[in-house]
Amino acid sequence: MKSLLLGNAAVARGVYEAGACVASSYPGTPSTEITANIATYDEIYTEWAPNEKVGMEVAWGACLAGKRSFTGMKHVGLNVAADVLFTISYTGVNAGLVCAVADEPGMHSSQNEQDSRYYAKSAKVPMLEPADSSECLEFTKYAYELSEKYDTPVLLRLCTRICHSQSVVELSDRVEPPAKEYVKNPQKYVMMPTFARPRHPIVELRILDLKELSEDTFLNRVEMGETDLGIIASGTAYQYVKEVFGDKVSVLKLGMINPLPEKLILDFATKVKRLVVVEELDPFIEDHCKKLGLKVSGKDMFSIIGELSPNIVAEKFGMPYNDGKNIEDDIPARPPVMCAGCSHRGLFYTLGKIKATVIGDIGCYTLGAAPPLNAMDVCICMGGSVSGLHGFVRGGGKNVVGVIGDSTFAHMGVPGLIDIGYNGSDSTLIILDNSTTGMTGHQENPTTGVNIKGEKVGKMDIETMCRACGIERITVVDPNKLAECEKVIKEEMAAPGPSVIIARRPCALLKTTKSSPPLKVDEEKCTGCKMCMKIGCPAISFKNKKAGINKTLCVGCDVCTQLCKFDALVK
Amino acid sequence: METRNIVIVGVGGQGSLLACNLMGKALMLEGYDAKVSEVHGMSQRGGAVVTYVRCGKKVYSPIVDKGQAELLVSFELLEAARWFELLAPGGTVVTNTQQINPVPVIMGLAEYPENLTDKFEALGAKVDAIDALTLAEEAGSSKTVNIVMMGRLSKYFPFSKDTWDKALEAVVPPKFLEMNKKAFELGMNA
Ligand SMILES: Cc1ncc(C[n+]2csc(CCOP(=O)(O)OP(=O)(O)O)c2C)c(N)n1
Repeated sequence: MKSLLLGNAAVARGVYEAGACVASSYPGTPSTEITANIATYDEIYTEWAPNEKVGMEVAWGACLAGKRSFTGMKHVGLNVAADVLFTISYTGVNAGLVCAVADEPGMHSSQNEQDSRYYAKSAKVPMLEPADSSECLEFTKYAYELSEKYDTPVLLRLCTRICHSQSVVELSDRVEPPAKEYVKNPQKYVMMPTFARPRHPIVELRILDLKELSEDTFLNRVEMGETDLGIIASGTAYQYVKEVFGDKVSVLKLGMINPLPEKLILDFATKVKRLVVVEELDPFIEDHCKKLGLKVSGKDMFSIIGELSPNIVAEKFGMPYNDGKNIEDDIPARPPVMCAGCSHRGLFYTLGKIKATVIGDIGCYTLGAAPPLNAMDVCICMGGSVSGLHGFVRGGGKNVVGVIGDSTFAHMGVPGLIDIGYNGSDSTLIILDNSTTGMTGHQENPTTGVNIKGEKVGKMDIETMCRACGIERITVVDPNKLAECEKVIKEEMAAPGPSVIIARRPCALLKTTKSSPPLKVDEEKCTGCKMCMKIGCPAISFKNKKAGINKTLCVGCDVCTQLCKFDALVK
Repeated sequence: METRNIVIVGVGGQGSLLACNLMGKALMLEGYDAKVSEVHGMSQRGGAVVTYVRCGKKVYSPIVDKGQAELLVSFELLEAARWFELLAPGGTVVTNTQQINPVPVIMGLAEYPENLTDKFEALGAKVDAIDALTLAEEAGSSKTVNIVMMGRLSKYFPFSKDTWDKALEAVVPPKFLEMNKKAFELGMNA
C-alpha cells in the first residue's frame, strides 16, 4: 500500500515493521513525531523518558533482554546520551537497537547547529542517512539488520527537512523476529577496564568490517550522468543536487555516513573530471575525500553555516535560477510569542519589574527573553539554569534567580538542584510548572503523572523532589497573581540559603484548562498609558490612543487588569 | 508532467498543518508523486509559518525556493508579502484579505504595510484575494479560514469534487466535517 508519510512517521513505521517492541525517547524538534507515531502502534511499548540518556539506556536494556528497541532525539539530545552511546558501542547489542538523531541546520527550533555525524565517527558506530520518507522507512528497517549482524547500535541521521516533509512510502506488514535469549556475558556487558580493554579491538575490527560493507551496500549508489562533474551528496543535499541537475551530472549518493567508503569514492573520482561534495554543515564527507588524497571542492563553494537550498546549489554551480522579487516595504517581523493567557507571562513581567538577573533555560518560557519582557539573561542547554545559577551566585552574582520549566526540571534540572542543596548557596530557583512540555507540542512528562498513551501513571512530585534535594524553603505561587508573586520572589531572593519557588498554573492551551470570557476595554477610563502593553500579550493592541482587546485571542487571564491603574480593562 | 510548486503561508495557529495534510491527501488520491512540508516547533507560537507543496512525476527537493512558486497561498495578507519572493515570475498570489497584526505592529514599533495586493500586481503577480474570515464565519467558525483558502486553491487543480471530499473526510474529524465542507465550497465559489 502507498501512503504519504512524514519522514518522522516513516521512521516510526520502519520501527514497527522491523518488529521492534520497546521505544523510549525524550521529545525535541524535529524528532518528536517519531516517538509520538510509534506510540500509535499497540505492539510497541512506547514511553517518554525524562531525558535522552535515560531513553537510550532503556532502549539498550530492552535490546539486551532480547527485543528490538528504539530511541530518538534531536541533535543536542545526543550530547546528553553520548555517555551511553560511547560505551554501548563497546558492549554491542543483543537484539537490534536503532537511535534516530535529528540535526537542525538553520536552527529553526534549536540552540545550536552541531553536526551529529561526528558522533558516529568517534563512537565508531554505523550511521545511515535517508533522503526522503521512503528511505526513512527502508533504512530504519535495514538498520535493525545491521545492528544485529554487526552487534552494534546503529544511528539514523535525519534533519528538519527530512523529518518534517511528507513523501510517498510503500507500507509492508510488521514482522516480529523471535526474541533473542539474554545470555549472561560479563566480558561483553560489564565494562570495567579488564573487560572493556578486549572489547576495544572488537569495535575497531567491526568498523573495518562495516567499511567493507560500505563499499558495495545498496545504501550508497552511483548515478552516472555526464562526466564533467561528479557530485557526492547525501540526505537533503542530494535532493537539491537532483533538483538542479536532474540526471545530467554524475552523483554518488551516500546513504551510509559512517563508515564512509574508500574504494567507491576513489573509483567515482576517477570517472569524473571535477569532484564536488555538497553537504550541509561541516565538511564531514569532504574531509574524508581529502584524506583519500582526492582533489575535491566543498566548503570552498558552500557555507558551513545554515541550510542549503536548490537556488544555493544552482548559484554555486553557475546554473540558471529565478531569484524572486521582493516587496519594497519593510515587512514587520512576526516573531513567535507567548500565547495569550500564557502562564509564563506574568512571572517574566515580575522578574523584569524587579530587574533580576535571570539565568534561564529552554522551553516556551525562553520567549521571556524577547521584548517587551526582556527578562532573561542566559540560556544554554536543558538544566543549565539550575547549576548555572549556583555558579553565578558562587561567583559573586547578586539579585539573581534561575528559571526552569517542569519538563526541563525533570530532564536535567534535578542534578543541579542536588548541587545547590548539597553544597548550599543563596540560590533562588523558580520552577515554572505549567503541567506540560509546551515547547515541543504538549507532551506529557514525569511531573504530569500521565504517560504517552494518556494513562494515569506515577507522578514525580516537584515539591517532594526539591525537598529530597535538600531544599527547605519551598513556596508555591500562582504566576498570574502579580503582587503575591513579586512579594514571594523578593522574600526568597533576600532569604539566606537555597530556596525554590514553584510558579504553578497550567498552560493556557491545554484542553483541560478553562478560559474565562474575554475582557473589554472601557474606553472612557482608558487613558492610553500603555501599561497593559508591557506584557507583550498578542490579544492587546493599541489603536487611536486606546488599548483594544482581540476577543478571539483573549482568554481572560486577568494579568493585564492588574497592571491597569484606571480599571479600564473589564469583564 | 511538470513539477508544480505551491507555497502555503500563514500565522502559527491558523491551521496550516491541516491544510497541508488535505493537500497531500488529494494529491495521493490523484496519483501524484508529492512532497509536502510541515512546520513544527517555535513557529507555532503565533509566528510566521511557511509550508511547501510540490507535486509531479518525480519530486526531489522538499522545499520551494525563491522565485519558484506558481501559487503562493496566504491565510493572512502580510504573510503573502513576507513570502512574496518565493513566487515565480507570472505566478499567482491567492490570499486572504484578513490582517492579523504581528507583535511589532501591536506595540506600535512598526506599520502594517498598505495596499499590498496592488503592490503584488505591480510586481507582475496575478492576485486572487478573498475575505476568507467572513466566509469562514459564514461556514460556522473563524477556525475554518484554512479550509476556505484550500477551497480557493482547489480551483487551480483539475481534481474532481469527489477527490476533495474524500481528502476532507480523511483529514477532518467527523464532528467538523460538514462545516469544513461548507467552508471549502464557499472558498471555491467566492
Ligand atoms: C537536550 C535537549 N533535549 C530536548 C530539547 C528540546 N526541548 C526544548 S525545551 C523542551 C521542553 C520544555 O518543556 P518545559 O520545561 O516543561 O517548558 P514549557 O515549554 O512547557 O514552558 C524540549 C523538549 C532540547 N533543547 N535539548
